[in-house]
Amino acid sequence: MQKIIDSLSLHASSLALRSRRNNILASNIANAATPHFKARDFNFEEALNKTQGKGTLAVTHSTHIISGNSITAELGYRQSLNPSYDGNTVELAVEQMEFSENVIRYQTSLEFLNRRISGLKSAIRGE
Amino acid sequence: MNKTANINNVFDVSGRAMAAQMVRLNTIASNLANASAVAGSSEEAYRAVRPVFETKYAKNAALSGMSTIDTQGIVKLRREPEQVHMPEHPKADENGFIYTAAVSAEEEMVDMLDANRQYQNNIEVVTTVRALMMRTISMGK
Repeated sequence: MQKIIDSLSLHASSLALRSRRNNILASNIANAATPHFKARDFNFEEALNKTQGKGTLAVTHSTHIISGNSITAELGYRQSLNPSYDGNTVELAVEQMEFSENVIRYQTSLEFLNRRISGLKSAIRGE
Repeated sequence: MNKTANINNVFDVSGRAMAAQMVRLNTIASNLANASAVAGSSEEAYRAVRPVFETKYAKNAALSGMSTIDTQGIVKLRREPEQVHMPEHPKADENGFIYTAAVSAEEEMVDMLDANRQYQNNIEVVTTVRALMMRTISMGK
């Protein structure tokens, strides 16, 4: 059974992270008019690597186990292209672009998962 | 919606943001409605009102990064109404002055456009995320 999980885990983690990033970007868009709000985001690639046990955590011995598989992401603050007068670093154009890109990538992961699942299903049925 | 309730998902985030923008649109409507009101004294004259927004973070904001917007209150702008000499006006004071509302219609219109756009952005986010959720539910079918 471990193998089935393995074949799905990458896209499953990717989906979870994309969904989390959607929430963060939605928060940024929601706060586009709040003075002093700082836009947040995280590095998707780094976070995904971490879930696959390839984090930046260094191991000093070959028997050490890299603890991965956690859907966590270190949040950072976005550098604004044009700082605004009220201290708000949300730029609607940037956030909207990031959001639409994230949505497309979410759908891609979903599509990959669907294909994997239907592939596994047809293998199980022996068709 | 409960003001103290926690923020759990994008519906809380965007829903409250839309509510806040609605408050903003309501204040703009009030300001524009009163733009041509006159009063008999400087104290009675209408002054433009504005909502004060603040960020409301989710309880686990350090992890989830989720935050939304809350209306902290409504403030009156510290602007002096314009004094107009119009002795025949029924509301004129003993010196023949009336006081017009301290509202700048142009400013309100620009603010309205911005509030409108913010509201639409939030609707867009909810619609998109909702579609994603629906597709995720039917995964593997």
